[in-house]
Amino acid sequence: MTTSVSIKDLSLNFGNVKVLESLDLEVAQGEFIVLLGPSGCGKSTLLNCIAGLLDVSDGQIFISGKNVTWDEPKDRGIGMVFQSYALYPQMTVEKNLSFGLRVARMPKAEVDARVKRASEILQIEPLLQRKPVELSGGQRQRVAIGRALVRDVDVFLFDEPLSNLDAKLRNDLRIEIKRLHARLKNTMIYVTHDQIEAMTLADRIAIMKNGVIQQLADPHTIYNRPVNLFVAGFIGSPSMNFIKGDLSGTTLSVDGQANIPLGNYQFANQTNGASILGIRPEHIAVGEEARKMPVQMESEIEIVEPMGADTVAWTKIAGQSLTFRAAAEVHLEPGQKVLIGFDPGRGSVFNAASGNRI
Amino acid sequence: MTTEAISPGLSAGTLSGPRGPKPKTVTIGRIGVYAFLIISAVFFLMPLWVMIVTSLKTMPEIREGHLFNWPALLTFDPWLKAWDTACTGRDCNGLKPGFWNSVKITALSVPVSIVIAMINGYALSFWKYKGSELLFGILIFGAFVPFQVVIYPLIIGLSKVGLFATLPGIVVVHTIFGMPILTLLYRNFFASLPIELFKAGRVDGAGFWGIFFRIMLPMSVPITIVAIILQVTGIWNDFLFGTVFAGRENMPMTVQLNNIVTTTTGTREYNVNMAATILTAAVPLVVYFISGKWFVRGIAAGAVKG
Repeated sequence: MTTSVSIKDLSLNFGNVKVLESLDLEVAQGEFIVLLGPSGCGKSTLLNCIAGLLDVSDGQIFISGKNVTWDEPKDRGIGMVFQSYALYPQMTVEKNLSFGLRVARMPKAEVDARVKRASEILQIEPLLQRKPVELSGGQRQRVAIGRALVRDVDVFLFDEPLSNLDAKLRNDLRIEIKRLHARLKNTMIYVTHDQIEAMTLADRIAIMKNGVIQQLADPHTIYNRPVNLFVAGFIGSPSMNFIKGDLSGTTLSVDGQANIPLGNYQFANQTNGASILGIRPEHIAVGEEARKMPVQMESEIEIVEPMGADTVAWTKIAGQSLTFRAAAEVHLEPGQKVLIGFDPGRGSVFNAASGNRI
Repeated sequence: MTTEAISPGLSAGTLSGPRGPKPKTVTIGRIGVYAFLIISAVFFLMPLWVMIVTSLKTMPEIREGHLFNWPALLTFDPWLKAWDTACTGRDCNGLKPGFWNSVKITALSVPVSIVIAMINGYALSFWKYKGSELLFGILIFGAFVPFQVVIYPLIIGLSKVGLFATLPGIVVVHTIFGMPILTLLYRNFFASLPIELFKAGRVDGAGFWGIFFRIMLPMSVPITIVAIILQVTGIWNDFLFGTVFAGRENMPMTVQLNNIVTTTTGTREYNVNMAATILTAAVPLVVYFISGKWFVRGIAAGAVKG
């Protein structure tokens, strides 16, 4: 696999504020990378640096093997899609699509051919003579994608492209972007704060916090083997349960009220002391299922949230709040005493002081 | 169970209590508001009425002193005289030369000042550089400097470069003094546009002028209409700069009007004075009437916001 985008030791400061610090990222040809993080984590800034819309303070950016650190955006071989669509309001869809090509003084026949191809792929041919105001949100975003498409570039950059759309449209367009990637096989770098978009679209997810990539891995690894507390808590809804305790050997003692044996758990770097066991709500079984689990305990249900497809219940063990996900058929109600159980082997254990997985 | 209790009442249409739109009633307060508005309108229209009727009367009738009466003998001679033959000092050409001078000054100053302010505002919004905010601050500070303070230095400066008392000279002066407010107007307008539009333009390969002419300029039509209104009325109504910087050859209409009205030889021809005043004020008035809607919209969208 050849490298498409390579970021080496990238730093960006706004005055005294360090937004990105010594960041390295290698993106393979044809890969779909999602930059995920809370607002202010530097993910959009990183994308703007790759696009050349922000000057970097230090470091280098390579696209398709060429050092583009000092290049203008148009010379970098990128196309970009923005959250607010950023369609030129006074131009028709056709003119919007062809603007970049006309600026580059491309022959008219070639421009027409490319616009035709892009509008076929995105199914916006009937809209070509309309102005952006006459389009719906989904159509506008499609035109915005088309504008990147006509440039015939190696790398697509998406800056929260679906955040302005309503939930249903967002799902539809998400699938379309996935199809588009399967068809075009371009490298795509996609910024979002929506973990569902990240999980469903990405080949690899880069989770960012305070300008630093916390974990860069495929969605499965990110979800099941988070490297630290931040990643564990950020991914998953309802979020992972954290049980605070004191680790000694393979036993987690929770406030002296309960001892959880972590026999099944594969320690990478076992350290005794204050630790946190993370267990996902869907990995906690209830009732008969719970009897098969290595760890079992009684608890009383406090709140029940029926989601339709399943039910989320809130309870407490050893004074610490715990949520679990049960099948919709299981009858649960507040005050009910239930047996819950889980397998620590499916969980994650973190050192409380460093926050890192052990 | 509850639905059963309510539904018979619904079907019979006997639900009591208010329903549908609240009826509008004429209150004392509302009458008061209308009375105040009408009185204000009459109060402010009174001078205009006096001006119009006086300008249509003959001098003997004016001397009778019935200020508000409709003229007994309708005459348009004062209007013709004001336009064509009224005397300002030795010249007796009426307002005509002044009108054309004002047209020349306005037609040149308005586009020059707007084009420069537009580029200023665009650069200050999208192409920020070290010190650009400071420059903008200084420019805005210029809006608060009283004109009278800088007149003398400007006279010296312009005469050194040979522009004092010339048409280009007065155009330069209007451009300078229009700059702070116009730049503010355009900067705020451009700042209200999504920055992503600018970024998209750059990714598409357009440069400073490409983005300006092909993306920003077509979008700034509404704010430009506002700028035109501001500048046309401001420059047409200007008296101070016209007196000082235009020179004898280019005296604008306002200065000429002043000379006609304050002429001390012979009798004071009130009807001619009134006609001349209305003629001078006609251009800004027409601009306001045609573009009132745009004017308010632009001020609300551009200048206040941001």
